[in-house]
Amino acid sequence: MNDLLKIFLSAMLIDNVVLIRFIALCPFIGMSADVKKSVGMSGAVLFVTVLATATTWPMYMYVLKPMHLEFLQILTFILVIASLVQLVEFYLKKSAPALYGAMGVYLTLITTNCAILAVTFDVIAKGYGFAESLTYAVGVASGFTLSLVLLAGIRERIKIAPVPPFLKGTPILFVAAALLSMSFGGFAGMIK
Amino acid sequence: MRKYIDLFTNGILKENPLLVIMIGLCSSLAVTTNIANGIGMGVAMTFVLLMSEVIISLFRSLIPNSIRIPVFIIIIAAFTTIVDLVMKAYTPALSKAMGVFIPLIVVNCIIMGRVEAFSYKKTVADSVADSLGMGLGYTWVLCAISIIREFLGAGKFFGFKIVPDGYQIGFFSQPPGGFFVFALLISAVLAINKAIEKKGGKK
Repeated sequence: MNDLLKIFLSAMLIDNVVLIRFIALCPFIGMSADVKKSVGMSGAVLFVTVLATATTWPMYMYVLKPMHLEFLQILTFILVIASLVQLVEFYLKKSAPALYGAMGVYLTLITTNCAILAVTFDVIAKGYGFAESLTYAVGVASGFTLSLVLLAGIRERIKIAPVPPFLKGTPILFVAAALLSMSFGGFAGMIK
Repeated sequence: MRKYIDLFTNGILKENPLLVIMIGLCSSLAVTTNIANGIGMGVAMTFVLLMSEVIISLFRSLIPNSIRIPVFIIIIAAFTTIVDLVMKAYTPALSKAMGVFIPLIVVNCIIMGRVEAFSYKKTVADSVADSLGMGLGYTWVLCAISIIREFLGAGKFFGFKIVPDGYQIGFFSQPPGGFFVFALLISAVLAINKAIEKKGGKK
């Protein structure tokens, strides 16, 4: 239990996907225009990350590894994720239209979200078991949520703040991200 | 010929994938703590981009419109696997330093974006010019970021020590430094593009 908590916290705070590891920057910049949108996107990411990890981990361990097909890892993982996203989209459209309305638009964007592919690769590279992998997936997705919502909040302040003219627009976002990243650097060393 | 030169230079500054369109950011900030990594990533990316654009524009009339995205993904993933295995075999240190970012080329939006918006509709020669321009545009930004970060953060240039110990600014080799240098580069390129536009307007 203690180990799982450690994995969760270090995935969420210490090795925050966006701010420390620079993964999934495109949605971080593109989707943080307002808080509501960023929450929708984060929900979709959490859902798909966990689902994708739960599918690709057994697949690697029980299909690719016994058959010595490890070199097909990239190809199979991305295909699994892409088709999974499609399936989820169909399923939600049919049986949970309310939920689909809330995160449908984000689902299509998610296939090219690096965080998901990165998680599925990470858990294999780190040699995690199944439960550890799922915990790690939830941790990474929560870290993504945290940073996205934080940046969205900052962006709403930036709108009314006096920004130096040469930093107007996107540059100021990256400066804000740098400051956020610096504060997340403070978590380093929290868990040994 | 003029057309190809235009296509080629388009990616370098005016429609630079990283600094102007802002896609494919992840790999550019993570691996750029030293120049060797920056160049390695740029070359790997350019190779995948070039090959995928060529193959897709060759087969563009054969790929049915409704399943084009999965087909693109398979083609891109195949070339990424090639790059991954080649780097593991011949440059193991570089491959280790980049870690998960080599497989992540698959989901790099630059490739998907160019393939979907450009080479699926254009001829092979156009695609070659476009992919080389975009690849070079990506690579020079990576080099610029990594030169700044390696010099200020580690006091080195291409691995040679220039600044004596104790005078480095650790901030720049840490993640926040990556964001900061990138912000300044975007700001610079926006200013340059604006200046070019103004000049064009006066003519």
